[in-house]
Amino acid sequence: MSAVPPVEVEHHENYLNTSYGVWSWLLTTDHKRIGLLYLVSVTFFFFVGGFFATLIRLHLMTPQGTLVDAATYNKMFTMHGVVMVFFFLIPAIPTVLGNFLVPLMIGAKDLAFPRLNLASWYIFNAGGLLMIYSVMRGGLDTGWTFYPPYSSLYSNTHVVSAVLGIFIAGFSSILTGLNFLVTVHTMRAPGMTWGRLPLFVWSHYATSIIFVLGTPVIAITLALVGIERIFHLGIFDPSLGGDPVLFQHLFWFYSHPAVYIMVLPGMAVTTELITTFSRKRLFGYGFVAAASIAIAVIGFFVWGHHMFVAGQSFYASMVFSILSYLVAIPSAIKVFNWTATLYKGSISWATPMLYGLGFIGLFVMGGMTGLFLSALGVDVHVHDTYFVVAHFHYIMVGGTVMAYLGGLHYWWPKMSGRMYPEGLAKFAAVVLFIGFNLTFFPQFVLGYLGMPRRYHSYSPEFQVLNVMSTAGASILAVGYLLPMAYFIWSMRYGPIAGPNPWPGTGLEWLTASPPPEKNFEVTPVVTWDAYDFPNRHDLKYPAPTPGFTPAQTWPPE
Amino acid sequence: MSEAPYALQEHFRDLEQQKDAATLGMWIFLVTEVMFFGGVMLSYSTARYLHPAAFAAASHYSDPLIGAINTAVLICSSLTMALAVHASQLGERKPLVGYLAATIVLGCVFLAVKAYEWSHKFHEHVVPGYDFSFPGPEARSAALYFTHYFAMTGLHALHMVIGVAVLGVLLVRAWKGRYTPAYHTPVELSGLYWHFVDIVWIFLYPLLYLIDIHR
Repeated sequence: MSAVPPVEVEHHENYLNTSYGVWSWLLTTDHKRIGLLYLVSVTFFFFVGGFFATLIRLHLMTPQGTLVDAATYNKMFTMHGVVMVFFFLIPAIPTVLGNFLVPLMIGAKDLAFPRLNLASWYIFNAGGLLMIYSVMRGGLDTGWTFYPPYSSLYSNTHVVSAVLGIFIAGFSSILTGLNFLVTVHTMRAPGMTWGRLPLFVWSHYATSIIFVLGTPVIAITLALVGIERIFHLGIFDPSLGGDPVLFQHLFWFYSHPAVYIMVLPGMAVTTELITTFSRKRLFGYGFVAAASIAIAVIGFFVWGHHMFVAGQSFYASMVFSILSYLVAIPSAIKVFNWTATLYKGSISWATPMLYGLGFIGLFVMGGMTGLFLSALGVDVHVHDTYFVVAHFHYIMVGGTVMAYLGGLHYWWPKMSGRMYPEGLAKFAAVVLFIGFNLTFFPQFVLGYLGMPRRYHSYSPEFQVLNVMSTAGASILAVGYLLPMAYFIWSMRYGPIAGPNPWPGTGLEWLTASPPPEKNFEVTPVVTWDAYDFPNRHDLKYPAPTPGFTPAQTWPPE
Repeated sequence: MSEAPYALQEHFRDLEQQKDAATLGMWIFLVTEVMFFGGVMLSYSTARYLHPAAFAAASHYSDPLIGAINTAVLICSSLTMALAVHASQLGERKPLVGYLAATIVLGCVFLAVKAYEWSHKFHEHVVPGYDFSFPGPEARSAALYFTHYFAMTGLHALHMVIGVAVLGVLLVRAWKGRYTPAYHTPVELSGLYWHFVDIVWIFLYPLLYLIDIHR
């Protein structure tokens, strides 16, 4: 081992050590630092939402409920949903990984509007604080969907401040999406053509389209609910001449595409993980890129499948059902192309790859059960049951959170300059996968057998499956706390990572880890396609260092 | 570029790239605004479809003549804004300052007329949720007209206020001679925004004032 040259350990100037102090972070316009600020914020909201999830699962240990009364239970699942959806799942990957990586991947010095980027972080936190204020004042109980007239007339909880919080946080989404779109259009390095963009960037481009087109609609919708509640007006209230189904149309016009805001960035991460750890070109680059855009576009025309039993016209339901089937096509294209990429690949089982493979499996489960729900007859049977709960948790938690954690592991060496402990990380990934399936698979069965969602008690025959689910949730919690602990540990004690520890093909791996403040010493000129492993002879596995052993030797000597 | 080096931010290659980014950013922002106003216009359409007679009756509380005058004021402000952009492209400082000032004045006239109309509605007791009485059996449905009236004109007025404030900043900077033929992007993009707000009003005027005029 003595022949191995020491890995670069000398102190290089990078975005983390270029300046110190609280204000150098709170007033930064560096997209990398803003990504880390978002990491702190969304992690906080993840644990707030997780706290409510814990209470829900503990409560459902027994048929009559162990922990809280019925009204409090309503608040628990509402605040779990609102915090997780609006303050973790929607922002998580785009604002943390997207912020950090999009400029690096296209060879830019920063996003197009750095000050706007910082402003969006403050706006997000302002909205989040209002949300926390609503929680502290006693919470809200409308369900995360805020259906009127319950939300505007009957609920005695803090609807207005919560709605205002989401309204404000929405502008952070809009500004982030706008920033990404402009950056991808105007800031690409020489030679970085649209056909050479990493698919991470393509997916974030598609996500940004939804941010920009969808978020203003939820903003005005929730504003109208707030106005209706404050002034006792009748926009959505049937007793005053309004139309409650109109709210559902407006709400789901955003909130269904919002599901693709959550899962498209997950697909973005997964594409990077699968190619890097198969050491192969992505199968069907153009199809995967176009599938991202197709999901974003078709996703805007399927919202009515949330309203099959809400009194919309039967013919509308049929059209929405067919359109919902259509959105499965680009999703399936992605899954097939990942699988084809794995085929005869040189697969290594690094931690990020475990998350990537976990994403594919769980996303397929979530997606296929989504087809059950877009079928009119089946949906009437399982509507508002735990089947729906299990379905969207497979997409949101099994898909998005898995990909988010996989991406954090994959780019952690780039963000922090250090490796996480590989053995422990693999263990945590497996724990997460087992815990997740034990939590949510029983809920498919529960829903199919007829257990309704949002009830604080249930028939005694459902208890076994509910206890299984709660046991799984406790395993899941361990799986979330472990990465949190060892990431913090690794920031100080982790082995030093070289610029390209995997090695990956993106531009982000050409610069130092952590990158310098302006990302690249010299603006790169791109002359190769994305994921061009066979022709990238410059990529070598780094020498092993104490605590970090590369997964295999590639390319072969 | 050598004329205004302070204008180039360091993460852009050159002023052209910076201008491309800023222009695209403004257009995307206007798209989000279309979606934002689109939500409340859909709500208006639904309510009017459900209660056509009440909407027609309630629209008589809004004077088409005053609305027409305000429309003319706003269209004139768009003209002066376009002239301001033209002056900034040529680097003519005094005309730029003059046209910007004229645009601000016309914007304020519009807002003043709007304020007069609103106060009129308060005097006539047609403010839902605050003080509302409407003759006839359609009172409940007419309230929906006024709800949308205040929501839509209020939202539009808010955009006008922001526009006037932005033009005020431009006016100060134009006075200092900050805008040159090489660098005048802020004037152009603020112009885009101003025209957009005008176009919104072009939709609001018939929707709120003219729905029963042909009878």
